[in-house]
Amino acid sequence: METDQCTFYYKSKTVNSALSRTEWIQLKEVLSFHDWKLVTLALPKSCHLSSHQVTVSSSHICRLYDRFHALDKDDKGSLNRSDFQNISELAVNPLGDRIINAFFPDGMDLIDFNSFVRILARFRPVDQNPKKEPNAPEPINSRVNKLKFAFQLYDQDKDGKISKSELLQVLRMMVGVQVTEEQLESITDRTIQEADLDGDDAISFEEFKKSLDKVDIEHKMSIRFLR
Amino acid sequence: MSFFLFPFDSLICILLGISFTVWFTLLLVFIIVPAIFGVSLGIRKLYMKTLLKIFKWATLRIERGAKEKNHLLYKPYTNGIIAKEPMSLEEEIKEIRGSGSSKDLSSPEFEMSDIFYFCRKGVESIMDDEVTKRFSPEELESWNLLTRSNYNFQHISLRLTVLWGLGLLIRYCFLLPLRVTLAFTGVGLLVVGTTMVGILPNGRFKNFLSEKVHLMCYRICVRALTAIITYHDSENKPKNGGICVANHTSPIDVIILASDGCYAMVGQVHGGLMGIIQRSMVKACPHIWFERSEVKDRNLVAKRLSDHVEDKTKLPILIFPEGTCINNTSVMMFKKGSFEIGTTMYPVAIKYDPRFGDAFWNSSKFGMVSYLLRMMSSWAIVCSVWYLPPVTREEGEDAVQFANRVKSAIARQGGLVDLLWDGGLKREKVKGTFKEEQQKLYSKMLVGNPEDRSRS
Repeated sequence: METDQCTFYYKSKTVNSALSRTEWIQLKEVLSFHDWKLVTLALPKSCHLSSHQVTVSSSHICRLYDRFHALDKDDKGSLNRSDFQNISELAVNPLGDRIINAFFPDGMDLIDFNSFVRILARFRPVDQNPKKEPNAPEPINSRVNKLKFAFQLYDQDKDGKISKSELLQVLRMMVGVQVTEEQLESITDRTIQEADLDGDDAISFEEFKKSLDKVDIEHKMSIRFLR
Repeated sequence: MSFFLFPFDSLICILLGISFTVWFTLLLVFIIVPAIFGVSLGIRKLYMKTLLKIFKWATLRIERGAKEKNHLLYKPYTNGIIAKEPMSLEEEIKEIRGSGSSKDLSSPEFEMSDIFYFCRKGVESIMDDEVTKRFSPEELESWNLLTRSNYNFQHISLRLTVLWGLGLLIRYCFLLPLRVTLAFTGVGLLVVGTTMVGILPNGRFKNFLSEKVHLMCYRICVRALTAIITYHDSENKPKNGGICVANHTSPIDVIILASDGCYAMVGQVHGGLMGIIQRSMVKACPHIWFERSEVKDRNLVAKRLSDHVEDKTKLPILIFPEGTCINNTSVMMFKKGSFEIGTTMYPVAIKYDPRFGDAFWNSSKFGMVSYLLRMMSSWAIVCSVWYLPPVTREEGEDAVQFANRVKSAIARQGGLVDLLWDGGLKREKVKGTFKEEQQKLYSKMLVGNPEDRSRS
């Protein structure tokens, strides 16, 4: 697999992002958006990526890199959990730890810039008029993928189902010591009863999706960049 | 051999002697004498205007260079990079629930979709939060010919590089030595002057002289930094028996305020040069210096401060309630200690113009000496000082509310963001009590108020 050196300039450093061509195409899909300002990055001549002009918004990559750099206080080139925990607004979020875990999949302890951007890309606002190509993969910021992100906050053991104890755990994190155990249990029982369709006393991803059918996820799980 | 060098030797000596004399005369006439009398010759304002014109030209050149290569310029965005909704927890969750079901929204219950609120807020704070960016220097939209603030270096043309090189030469070979000389003169005069005034017996004449000596030395220090300060609303200047509070960006704040009025300083006793300055200052008029061990004792600190303000012959106290240096884009939590004393507070807002040199002291990155060197090798320090009308604590208002009221007034006047976060977050992690507040708010949505529960 050929690796194209795609460089972009950030402050006084030249960042070499050694992505493979397929990764680069995926990243381009993830970050391009029809009303963002589009410019050409300094791509090497051998890098012909698609029929239409290869353009990615470098300002948004730069802003995210700026942020990555600001969080990486020790200049490691990657972020660990403690860098996330230093963000005060995240530390006071009741689900802060779970959200941080979502950035460190598969037991890894460090995250590099490409992975950082890829996870944040799920929160990109949904395309209003998507071009439906028959074999195109699901875009990373689709409704389903946003739901998957939320589902993994519940489903800690990654068995594809939200069990009663997992739901209890999340509720306990959100209310702290303000609510009694009995009240939480009754809430959990009721919720599972309403959402569980196949009677296995747990909520699978399909049941989760169905129960949130009418919720406006496209807006509530999207973050828009300011110009 | 030395026979041949003899005439050159004396020639060099004569030349050196003449240039030193000329140098010092110019210094004296143009800088020190006006400082002593508090008069301004207008040289600094002219300097500022010329610099602004050059910066504009430089920015245009960079933009033109970028356009030619068809690149977008990187423009930093201090007001936040993402769009955030200013809705409260309750409103947001109701909105999420409302879109999902047609059930009655006023009854407390749980919905699986509630998690979206916390999820999005969490990821928003990962992309951009209010606190992290307050502890690094403010980013500029145009370039001011200093390497340290340049983001678009690849677009600089030859002409611009030459200009930048010229600027470097001027700043380091002309301005820096000049400023260092002035700084030493100012500090030296302060130590000598206050020691001499300290010999006099206490009385009106001593206070008068001490005032003059302090003002003169601070004015020389102001010129040592080429600080161009605009004072607004001087009729609200702090008076004896009051406490002056201001937002804190750097140690230079003290010099800026003290060159326009006389204050009693508060601080820890240091060793070395700072210690010498502190000891001599206290001989001329009473300042409040604490030993390191005394700082921890809140009651002792409060007692000494209130004793000082009760004595109406003593000068107003100067305090920075934030407790640490913030980067001048926001005002962070004011510590309530000085607001409990119960005297008139004189708020002062200080806003620096970052185009000429960033005054923020990042104490974790730079020590005091390298910070001062950076200051003295910038173009200038330009700032505005607003004296706000005096305030006192109202009936039924506790110290924290009073502190927040003063903080909002300062933030409004200076055009800064008013934050409730503690400046101590620069070094420490946030307390768990804030998380509890969010949990309480959410619990209300889940099970209703405790009072309602007990009734049913």
